[in-house]
Amino acid sequence: MDAAVTAFGLVFQPYVLTVILLSAVYGLFVGAIPGLTATMATALLVPVTFFMPPVPAVAAIVTATAMAIFSGDIPGALLRMPGTPASAAYTDEAYLLTRSGRPELALGAGLVFSVLGGIFGVMVLIVAAPALAEIALKFSSFEYFWLVMLGFTCAVFIAGRDPLKGVVSLLLGLLISCIGLENPAGAPRYTFGNVELMGGISLIPLMIGMFAVSEVLRYAVRVDKPVMAIDRPFGSVFGGMWGLLKKYPLQLFRGSVLGTAVGALPGAGADIAAWMSYAVSKKFSKEPQKFGTGHVEGIVESGAANNAALGGAWIPALVFGIPGDSITAIAIGVLYMKNMNPGPMLFVDNPQNIYAVFIVFIIAQLLMLPLGWAAIKSAKQVLRIPAGLLMPLILLFCIVGSFAINNSMFGVIVMLVAGVAAFFMERWGFPVAPTILGVVLGTMLEEHFFSSLIKADGQLLAFFERPIAGTLGALTLLLWSWPLLQRAWRRRSA
Amino acid sequence: MQSTDRWLGLAMALLAAAVMWSARAFPAVPGQKLGAGFLPMLVGAGLLVCGLALVWRSFGAAAYTGQDAPRAAGTEHFGSAAVIVGVILFYIAAAERLGFLIVAPICLVLVFKALRAATVPALLWAVGGTVVVHVAFYKLLRVPLPWGVLRPFY
Repeated sequence: MDAAVTAFGLVFQPYVLTVILLSAVYGLFVGAIPGLTATMATALLVPVTFFMPPVPAVAAIVTATAMAIFSGDIPGALLRMPGTPASAAYTDEAYLLTRSGRPELALGAGLVFSVLGGIFGVMVLIVAAPALAEIALKFSSFEYFWLVMLGFTCAVFIAGRDPLKGVVSLLLGLLISCIGLENPAGAPRYTFGNVELMGGISLIPLMIGMFAVSEVLRYAVRVDKPVMAIDRPFGSVFGGMWGLLKKYPLQLFRGSVLGTAVGALPGAGADIAAWMSYAVSKKFSKEPQKFGTGHVEGIVESGAANNAALGGAWIPALVFGIPGDSITAIAIGVLYMKNMNPGPMLFVDNPQNIYAVFIVFIIAQLLMLPLGWAAIKSAKQVLRIPAGLLMPLILLFCIVGSFAINNSMFGVIVMLVAGVAAFFMERWGFPVAPTILGVVLGTMLEEHFFSSLIKADGQLLAFFERPIAGTLGALTLLLWSWPLLQRAWRRRSA
Repeated sequence: MQSTDRWLGLAMALLAAAVMWSARAFPAVPGQKLGAGFLPMLVGAGLLVCGLALVWRSFGAAAYTGQDAPRAAGTEHFGSAAVIVGVILFYIAAAERLGFLIVAPICLVLVFKALRAATVPALLWAVGGTVVVHVAFYKLLRVPLPWGVLRPFY
């Protein structure tokens, strides 16, 4: 209880509240500009949060991402260009609603159901994270080893569309994590005598490169120009929302649950949650024929799902240090920088900081209603700002931000290499999320593998002897052999 | 995409061979059979299998390409992306020597022009952007941005 009171004190300070407000405006702005994603917003925030105390630093990330995920709906509805990938699933639907003269319905539903889905995700986070942390306190290196393996498996087989390329991405991430001195033998690996490489590849410049610089490069090669689908002032944004709420409560609940669950899976974030929810909505709808013609039902369900995924993604991130999506991968980097190392001990040693994160989540969701309304009202002006004017400034920000982490030009080199690599990976169909997961969790995997091996005196069967470790291990192996089992099954029934 | 996958698969297999070769030399953890070479060896073996699988698959059925719609040839500005990469390389090479306040506006103007902006707004935004980033990072966040040749005037 004391911790909760302290947490309120940590959050309700003029400095933290100002950070939340500014990050909210920043998140709404970045999300609304096509080509600037929520992950990019987070990556660009990190150099600034580097200079803040832990609570405002995390508050900035939480608020900006929640806002960006919602405001990605705005250019989707008005320009048919999703502001963030999380809005892509229902962009056509929202655009068709705008074309048929109902942009308020598309954006109002996006806003209201984002808030409701987001609050659901936060509530699950608040209930599930401490309970899971309690269990995780009993975990040994065996359980952690299998959790990391399960995380990799989810990222490759559940989140990706091409598992083979997903595995390659993951292995490249693990290879990057091998660089440096941080390994069980303390030997220099792939450092080529370079002092900078001894400390390993710094995570933040890598993320800035993979999520921001690659986006700038992608923008540079693109030629298509968006067309605004509305030429009149907006009417009431919240009109008709109560009716939607009464008509689609099941859709809201289903989207929120699926979104939270998908968000909690490592490697799968808001964008995959939205795609899956849209598909589920269509499958179980009473009017599936209306989908794709400007029907709001899919927006209700997947709009709730993508914001619910945000809260979900923080569950494994806070409890196990395993990121639920790319945004929490960056957030984990920030937590480490702020000496708030994620894991169950964080709930024991620093419960006030965890509660503060929860409070910030709720404030961010509630703030989304008035600020989101203002963003929709001013959308036409914001969307007139050409992204071509912003991209060079973003690039300079990336360069200086990558430099600022260690005050070293090596960070800028890492950023450039990562940016070019991510640009080509996307073009060639290799998902980036498993690479990030590999880099973030590679050291953890190796550390837990070796401590387990030493405890087990070299006996690999010991990895399955503890009940939870055994279950997680069996589940991982089952998921890896699933494609083979499926093929055998098909052959048998043919 | 199939032929790209074929070449990528081959490149991956070569990388895998190099990784596995180098992993043999890493020392073991004292008292254990395995050591620093274990994870790289595993990663190398995995990359080798995946690389060969990519090559094998490229001769077979159509693979997922990563793009939802094929791009028409010649409709993309690869030159602009190349200029951006060149600008970052220029910053890395010249920032320490010439200083942030000289290199940053040059970089910005080059990127603005690469993104087809008009010259006068590009110049204005380049100067304005440099001043804003300098104030934000150097003055407020105390990041030691390089002064280069401007050091005597600091």
